[in-house]
Amino acid sequence: MTSLFEKCCEKCWHSESKKCPDFISCLTSGPLCHTNDACKSHRDGKIASSMLKKTSVPVIYMGLGTCGLGAGAGKTLGALKEYLKENNIEAIIRNVGCIGLCTLEPLMDIKLPGKARISFGNVMPKDVGPIISGVMEGNVQLPGLVGQHISDSDEKWEGVSLFFDHPFFRKQKRWVLQNCGMNDPVNIEEYIIGGGFKALEKTLKSITRKDLCDSIEKSGLRGRGGGGFPTGTKWKFALNTPSDKKFMICNADEGDPGAFMDRALIEGDPYRLIEGLAIAAYGIGASTAYVYIRAEYPLAIERLKESIAKCEELGILGENVFDSGFSLKIKIKMGAGAFVCGEETALMHSIEGKRGMPRPRPPFPAQSGLFGKPSIVNNVETLANLPSIVLNGHDWFAATGTASSKGTKVFALSGNVNRTGLVEVEMGTKISEIINDIGGGIPDGKSFKAAQIGGPSGGCIPPQHMDIEVDYESLKTVGAMMGSGGLVIMDETACMVDVAKFFMDFIQRESCGKCIPCRQGTARMLEILELITSRPENTDSMRALERFQGIITMERLAAVIQDTSLCGLGQTAPNPVLSTLKYFRDEYEAHIYERRCPSGVCRDLLTFTIIEDKCTGCTLCARKCPTQAIKGAVKSPHYIITEKCIRCGACVESCRFNAIEVK
Amino acid sequence: MIELTINNKKVTASENEMLLSVIRREGFHVPTLCHVEGLTPTGACRLCVVEIEGIRGLVPSCAYPVRNGMVVQTHSNRLIEARKTIIELLLGTHPDDCLYCTRRDTCELLGLAEELGVRERRYKKQPQIPKIDVSSPALMRDPAKCILCGRCVRVCEEIQGVGAIDFIGRGSNCVVGTAFNEGLNISSCVNCGQCITACPTGALVEQKHIKRVLQALNDPSKTVTVQHAPAVSVTLGEMFNLPSGTDVQGIMISALREIGFDQVFDTSFSADLTIMEEASELVHRIQNSGKLPMMTSCSPAWVKFVETFYPQFLPNLSTCKSPMQMLGAVTKTWWAQKNNIPRENIYNVAVMPCTAKKFEATRPEMGDLTPDIDAVLTTRELYELIRMKGIRMTELVPQFNDNPFGQRSTAGKLFGATGGVMEAAVRTAYWLITGKNLETPVIPEVRDLAGVKEAHIEIDGLKIGVAVASGLANARKILDDIALGRSDIQFVEIMSCPGGCIGGGGQPYGTDLDAVRSRMQSLYKIDRDETVRFSHENESIKNLYTEFLGKPLGHESHRLLHTDYYKRTVMK
Repeated sequence: MTSLFEKCCEKCWHSESKKCPDFISCLTSGPLCHTNDACKSHRDGKIASSMLKKTSVPVIYMGLGTCGLGAGAGKTLGALKEYLKENNIEAIIRNVGCIGLCTLEPLMDIKLPGKARISFGNVMPKDVGPIISGVMEGNVQLPGLVGQHISDSDEKWEGVSLFFDHPFFRKQKRWVLQNCGMNDPVNIEEYIIGGGFKALEKTLKSITRKDLCDSIEKSGLRGRGGGGFPTGTKWKFALNTPSDKKFMICNADEGDPGAFMDRALIEGDPYRLIEGLAIAAYGIGASTAYVYIRAEYPLAIERLKESIAKCEELGILGENVFDSGFSLKIKIKMGAGAFVCGEETALMHSIEGKRGMPRPRPPFPAQSGLFGKPSIVNNVETLANLPSIVLNGHDWFAATGTASSKGTKVFALSGNVNRTGLVEVEMGTKISEIINDIGGGIPDGKSFKAAQIGGPSGGCIPPQHMDIEVDYESLKTVGAMMGSGGLVIMDETACMVDVAKFFMDFIQRESCGKCIPCRQGTARMLEILELITSRPENTDSMRALERFQGIITMERLAAVIQDTSLCGLGQTAPNPVLSTLKYFRDEYEAHIYERRCPSGVCRDLLTFTIIEDKCTGCTLCARKCPTQAIKGAVKSPHYIITEKCIRCGACVESCRFNAIEVK
Repeated sequence: MIELTINNKKVTASENEMLLSVIRREGFHVPTLCHVEGLTPTGACRLCVVEIEGIRGLVPSCAYPVRNGMVVQTHSNRLIEARKTIIELLLGTHPDDCLYCTRRDTCELLGLAEELGVRERRYKKQPQIPKIDVSSPALMRDPAKCILCGRCVRVCEEIQGVGAIDFIGRGSNCVVGTAFNEGLNISSCVNCGQCITACPTGALVEQKHIKRVLQALNDPSKTVTVQHAPAVSVTLGEMFNLPSGTDVQGIMISALREIGFDQVFDTSFSADLTIMEEASELVHRIQNSGKLPMMTSCSPAWVKFVETFYPQFLPNLSTCKSPMQMLGAVTKTWWAQKNNIPRENIYNVAVMPCTAKKFEATRPEMGDLTPDIDAVLTTRELYELIRMKGIRMTELVPQFNDNPFGQRSTAGKLFGATGGVMEAAVRTAYWLITGKNLETPVIPEVRDLAGVKEAHIEIDGLKIGVAVASGLANARKILDDIALGRSDIQFVEIMSCPGGCIGGGGQPYGTDLDAVRSRMQSLYKIDRDETVRFSHENESIKNLYTEFLGKPLGHESHRLLHTDYYKRTVMK
């Protein structure tokens, strides 16, 4: 394959050593510096070959993001290679990122020359042979068929629906995720041909810093990391602070349980982040940018490194980009996985090589941040929105969404829902639409109980508020928050006290330990939750009193923690408890006063009893019981000594007469 | 000028001032635990929170700059409840052994619990098994009593430039500890004890030597001597409610005799001896192109600091032992022979404003098979001992030190303040070179509390540049300059603690700069009022050289009064 970056003729002066400042436009719609039809068609040919539009052999796309690999795409790829070799089939294998439909991973697309790209889901190694041979024979109605991607130049498959008509995608608006799962993530040619770096070129050549900040402010773009602060306004603080050096920082320290938006985005389309980061750096006048990314994302880091290197090679990053006088160096800083390092002041301490602990503000980072210089921290998704805003204008962006929340939002949909995955919806979409239409509802005919949104700082949305819109302000009215995009769906079997305990445990372990309310307060709240969900062996009256006072104590602590904590982590730490208390107080009361868990999740509170009428006295359960808690004579009803029972469930499993009741 | 309202009172403040300082200046009391004047505000304890109109959450006043038109409440119910809850949370994991705690009278946590009316233990946690770090010869750390205010961490890092301790672990498992949470003895800790005076609770205390001193006093075979450092007599009075800086030397000597010490000597005497040796060494180095700049060596934390962080400067350190060690050495040799007491029957106690002296006394170079100094009491321990013995300090009749080590010049007494060694040494160096005394012995440039001071002095046409620093972070500035090639400095005095020994780690708890200033003025007053102002004019010193040592830098001096230093490799 010839490279897109080769000269078309001697007149073209773009070369490796001397970069043409217009080469992004020139490559895609050029040649610009001279007129020559031969050169034009030469370029078009190269574009077509780069995009694998006109190949003589089939192209096979494998989804090889972390989610695909986790679902077994590595083995499927192995099987594919072996199959092609055995059958002497010549084909091009393309590695793509995650398209978002995690439940159908591993995804494998096949594009025969001249035919539309067709996609199959849940492709296991054994399925590779039948699918390849079927498609090559023209028979695509095979198990796992998802849909086809059509284009003008290719012939459609008859009787096959469009891939993006799949119910998972129908209500989505894929702006940020546009290239994810479609492109080879590190193939810069594909990104450029798809319109990549045009926004950066436009920014550097024709937009002043002030105008850029104004435009971003007008677009209504708000921080996607959770806080929702207007991005353009934030930039202006840094732009208007005079300094010899400024820093632009990308926060890719995605730490919420259940969140994987940033990872998928970087794995699937790293150039979009780089372009956004470069635009933002230009906007505030920074010449150094950092990507603070957790070390647990090796694939994302690898792809980002490779992409940055390619950009530097082509002069998209480095000194004097596009001959505009703007220079940018992007540095990757790996985080060691502390949740609090997602807090911007802690993140900056971590980059400086210090312990990641937040500090009081003011001074705000925009005035005095990394190494004491004006710095802006933006989240991955925020930055990835920038290229489209620059290209299409702020009005285009502001036309989408609600009154105060513009554009789209990416969610990592997980939990008790039929279709899990990465979802991008327009602001204003109802949570119920995400769950029922995109996610396909709750599995196994169970009913919806709550949607946990916003991670440890967020809250639970109960069924009565299911129609709440995705909007920064609306979500707050029901005690939740936008957060960075974690969306965990829970069905009727979930115990909300247990959910609150899970998040409280997370928060108190991840507290940095600096301020007292967060460090001690969250630990005490967790202890109360542990107390009400457990049955201590020696219950004295003091413990019982503590349990009865549990809700009051937690509410008092929560108020002080919210009021006095130093950083956002602490100030929002009580939210999981407060929001579950708000909507599921009866569950707390059942745990505290009745000593039972209505959902049967808190094992410690279960009571095992033998129904006398059903028991035949076969003694099987008594023999299985590991603690000899079951007594009784042969052929007469047995009974369980509750104090000795450890609630392991061995008796229930062994009983052939359904004689053991669990409550 | 900024105008704001605090508790309905209209007040003014200057630009960039923090709210807390305005609140306190206006006479309102807002409690703090993590705040230390002069250190970076961290906003960790959240006790200084206030309500500001228009701001939803509570705001830490220590780290919040004033703004025009601010309306501030400092004692609303919401605030009192928040502060009380914070104290209750701290008490929830704090050991209940206040009855036995060395800080029960001075504990800030206990004081705040009282102030905020905490009357029940609302939050309980299983008590931790105490893991007290007793590895250091100078300090002890009890992590169970640590409330993680971070004062020690900041003092160690920002004031001392050592950084031996920092936060370790996350959440409720967070602790303050050394690298890899090993013992202090193998850390980069220099034993200065500034963390002890900064600590609001009993988490950091000195290694107590009271018990061993009492044992020695009760042993009839022992002759127990005590020496008191220059800074002690101008500090001890404060602990008995006398005004800061009161010189209580006379009654302190009486108290020491009442306690039972057989001989009361003055470390200021051996400070004069140090000056004789050190000034001679300086003149020798200058005249014989020896290693310059020469650096003082009387502050043991500073010595360990150089050994640990700047081993390239070890040849620059004066080989002189500290005054305490010189006196110990002379007592156990010359004085012992003179009084016909076997060395092993002499027990030398030193009262020092310092914790690093406890470490210095254990250095293997500082003795002859047995140590020259057997026990070191801090100023605080002396106070404890006086109380324990039921002595009514303020009712005592003043007495004098015992000879031959009881006489001093005021130059020796100046050792207690930063710049004092410099002044004393220059006075004697001038005399050594010119044979005359300086007409005005005071060098104002090296006086007062500034962290780094410099002066250029001319002695008989010889220009000498001198630099003085207190606080090891300030010492770093000078050392880094010198390492970068600065060559106009020939003599450097470093005191590890801010303000010198009067601000030492063995002094009363708290970092009260006003008190340190008063102690300093008291030393200057002594220098002003008395007649013997030159170490070389101290008759007892002259006598010691005539009878025993011969001359400064002579053979006996080298054997007893000088020492060596070693590079230390620690985790830092």
